[in-house]
Amino acid sequence: MTPEELQRKLQSSFTDMDEIPLFKDNLNARARGEFLFKWTVRFSAFTAVFIMSLLLYRVLQDGLPWLSFDFLNRFPSRLPERAGIKSALYGSCYIIVLTTIFSVSIGVAAALYLEEIAKKNRLSQFIEVNIANLAGVPSLVYGILGLAVFVRYLDFGRSVLAAAATLALMILPVIIITSREALRTVPNGIRMAALALGATPWQTIWSHVLPAALPNILTGVILALSRALGEAAPLIIVGGVTYIAFIPESLFDSFTTMPIQIFNWAGRPQVEFQGIAAAGIIVMLLLVLTTNAFAIILRNKFSQKSRW
Amino acid sequence: MSNLRTANIEAKDARIKVRWIEFTIVRSLMICALISVVTTLAIVVILAKESSGFFQEVSIYSFLAGLEWNPLIEPRQFGVIPLVLGTLLVSVGACIIAIPIGLGTAIYLSEYASQKTRQWLKPTIELLAGVPSVVFGYFAVTSITPLLQSVFPSTEIFNAASAAIVLSFMVLPTITSLSDDALSAVPRSLREGGYALAATKREVSLGILLPAATSGILAACILGFSRAIGETMAVALAAGSTPNLSLNPLQSAQTMTGYIVQVSMGDTPHGSVEYQSIFAVAALLFLMTFSLNVFSQSILKRLQKSYD
Repeated sequence: MTPEELQRKLQSSFTDMDEIPLFKDNLNARARGEFLFKWTVRFSAFTAVFIMSLLLYRVLQDGLPWLSFDFLNRFPSRLPERAGIKSALYGSCYIIVLTTIFSVSIGVAAALYLEEIAKKNRLSQFIEVNIANLAGVPSLVYGILGLAVFVRYLDFGRSVLAAAATLALMILPVIIITSREALRTVPNGIRMAALALGATPWQTIWSHVLPAALPNILTGVILALSRALGEAAPLIIVGGVTYIAFIPESLFDSFTTMPIQIFNWAGRPQVEFQGIAAAGIIVMLLLVLTTNAFAIILRNKFSQKSRW
Repeated sequence: MSNLRTANIEAKDARIKVRWIEFTIVRSLMICALISVVTTLAIVVILAKESSGFFQEVSIYSFLAGLEWNPLIEPRQFGVIPLVLGTLLVSVGACIIAIPIGLGTAIYLSEYASQKTRQWLKPTIELLAGVPSVVFGYFAVTSITPLLQSVFPSTEIFNAASAAIVLSFMVLPTITSLSDDALSAVPRSLREGGYALAATKREVSLGILLPAATSGILAACILGFSRAIGETMAVALAAGSTPNLSLNPLQSAQTMTGYIVQVSMGDTPHGSVEYQSIFAVAALLFLMTFSLNVFSQSILKRLQKSYD
């Protein structure tokens, strides 16, 4: 029986036809709406993929002709055919290593305190809210903080050390938040078992909880570090210079990093420098995206099968 | 007997030692957690102190209500409205583009996509979030601006529209993943109720899920907006550096973040008015993003309560 027949039959069984609202089945319109909607959301979902591939295509097309081993091994220059990324590459690597040391030690320690030791009182709640807010502070403001505290007040100068300390402060909230989430996934039974055998709280944390949470902590740390690697704004404020023809040797040497160098090249009017900028971007993206992808794979691997 | 006694004493010594180690470790972990509070305090104190120096030279009223921003050439004008307008133009534009696409993506991911598609699509979108800001700036200058120029010949080389477009790519992952979380948090029973009434997927998504997840989606959009306001390098490259009191997206515009970077790239003497002005602008930026973040967090908190 089609809907029309059903409707007619229903209506004929009533005496007063006006009391029954007409039963309208606009099935075709609904199906059409569904079809349109489905393709709209599908299309929008693939925009991100489209943008990503367009961006990569563009960068590779512009930058590959300029990319060579020499490019990695030359200092910046005013002549595009002699410009290289050596000082920026070394600068980025040094700063990232220092940033890792500062931010991981402090960040994981803070996460351990908040998650394992602190009682749920006003102080720990305040710290928690405070960290959530810090995570939303624009990177630029950390640059301002670094300029005032590390460069001027502590008198590090516009140096590698000041840059690394600034970046460490910037990614600290992210590291604390992700490490806490990692610690929360460790089942309580592990803690109980260790404590029941007479281990002190710190022994429990160090030899049981921390190893169990390590893969997830590592994922968060890698993601945060790859963000720090590509960040230029705070370092420009702290005082990254774009023309450096040496590799920093001490903590107090001046520095440049890959994103700062790329920013400088991309802003120049000559077309050749656009190519140089693209070549620099390829080098930086190789580092950033491989670390990123590594972290995402690591997380997927450990989230799929629970180990307990 | 003496053997037992020495053993006892040794055990006691060991216990004291362990206790002492525990105490030190717990205290040092606590100090690490307190660093985040110190960071917040330092940000507030520095922004207040340095901008108070600026406000001794320029009145707060003429800063907040002034219509002209001309900090480098005499006669100097420090009216922040053109910068705020530039920032809003670019970030509102970015949200207008990113919110529909992000929502569509979130609906696709949570309602339509198969487990397999989800597994590779989600990481790809997250990868977009990992691309450094400078790269987007390069993309805007070399790809989007020429495209805009071919459609609207009056487009300037540096313009707000291309900045808004790349900025929308940058906030897309934030909006997508938070909206996806909000949609996934809607109880299954609501969906099943809809399907039991023979609603199509479109009707369930738009009529049931979106209203149920409104607060989460709103929080996602606000957070995306606050990210857009604080974003620096892409905007500094794409939007140019002429503060403009106009809403024409095809013209060059300077944002608050763009100004801070511009001043930091030049060599501004410490203590001059331009130098202090970046602290005043940063303080305003900090206040704007901070209040937006607190707002979105309070929405999220209410959301959590309603489903618990």
